[in-house]
Amino acid sequence: MKSEKQNQHKSKSSSPLGKLEGASSLVIINYGAGNIKSIQFAFKRLGVEAVLSNNPDEIIASDKVIFPGVGEASSAMKMLNESGLDQLIPTLKQPVLGICLGMQLMCNHTEEGDTKGLGIFNAEVKRFSNKVKVPQMGWNTISNLKSDLFKDIKDNEFMYLVHSYYAENCDESIATSNYELEYASALENDNFYGVQFHPEKSGKAGEQILQNFLNL
Amino acid sequence: MLTKRIVPCLDIKNGRTVKGVNFVDLRDAGDPVVLAKQYADLGADELVFLDIAATIENRRTMHDMVLKVAEQVNIPFTVGGGISSLEDVDDLLHCGADKVSINSSAVKRPELINELSQKFGSQCVVVAIDAKQVDGEWLVHLAGGTIPTDISLFDWAKEVEERGAGEILFTSMNHDGTKGGFANEALAHLSELVNIPIIASGGAGTIQHFVDTFKEGKADAALAASVFHFGEIPILELKEELKQQGIPVRL
Repeated sequence: MKSEKQNQHKSKSSSPLGKLEGASSLVIINYGAGNIKSIQFAFKRLGVEAVLSNNPDEIIASDKVIFPGVGEASSAMKMLNESGLDQLIPTLKQPVLGICLGMQLMCNHTEEGDTKGLGIFNAEVKRFSNKVKVPQMGWNTISNLKSDLFKDIKDNEFMYLVHSYYAENCDESIATSNYELEYASALENDNFYGVQFHPEKSGKAGEQILQNFLNL
Repeated sequence: MLTKRIVPCLDIKNGRTVKGVNFVDLRDAGDPVVLAKQYADLGADELVFLDIAATIENRRTMHDMVLKVAEQVNIPFTVGGGISSLEDVDDLLHCGADKVSINSSAVKRPELINELSQKFGSQCVVVAIDAKQVDGEWLVHLAGGTIPTDISLFDWAKEVEERGAGEILFTSMNHDGTKGGFANEALAHLSELVNIPIIASGGAGTIQHFVDTFKEGKADAALAASVFHFGEIPILELKEELKQQGIPVRL
């Protein structure tokens, strides 16, 4: 993680373009899992400098938190356990957005590596069957949108997804997608949000969702 | 519904696009970042950057290019060419690449696929396979299709899936550069054989070729270079026609 250390500086109190109204800091939790650079760059395109951090004080003090994740669930959870972040994340009070594996780890349990999750979302994560190609890779639509996270996003907007496991559709679903079956492509519980897709890679609509998160 | 992907491929040498590119209104058609942004705006679903002159000396240049693309482009992209170690992949992913594509290095040392998928996840491991039909049999070729092997395309595809590849990029050497259509029979067979996405490559010349490779070749994505670079097939027009023909696309 040598190259990322250099980026662990404090963010400015307001963005250069002033798009992050009233908010002063955005932290991307850096626990060794995932393509963090792309998320950081996406926010930079919105005029916001995101700080990469695994420091509990810095995470607690920030106004918004991104919980990323790419890779395998049990090894990602192990990294969270080792750093104590598994205890910290569920106690956060500010808006938290889990992306991809980040969202899955916020659920009760995932079949991947039979891994216990953070229990923030009351949902089970299961594997797609071999009736469809696994992973699902590409652009799929999101529907049944019901959250401020999707302000100005039209129903059936396209998002980019890469995943072999999915969260079951449940009461906390704020968006659904279809691949083999209808599943939860976004979840919300209080200040916690999760998206299965990659807003940072989903064109202008994805950037709008990130902007909406900043506006929460 | 998951849509079929249209993937322009950019050949890169020393940080610049190689093949002549004839886009309208481009100040610098040799700048991969400018081109990538243009393609993203025009409706490309993904991009592939292929470092055709990958050497240790120009690795830094490639990293700089990947960083700039990641900074400015809001769709996913794959980087390939000369990748042979976990360290190579780690560097490229840290620069912001979404996926890497490996080819000859995987044939030489198949365990590389296992190691990469375990460390970084299958989703970022694309195995590119160049194959040529010789006396009715599809054989894997190395080093940009120049060196034949006795490995069967289908055996190798099955093996890369089992080792953890997330996707296969299949280029037919028989079709590449002909503009006569994709290798749909082989593609359809591949698609039935493995349960990971297949990107069709080699042979794109007309819009109908794309229709055929999605319908007959059962491809999940189609890659092309010159027909896009020279504006012969505008991506928007292509996708509208695909939609007309009942193929799901992002529009």
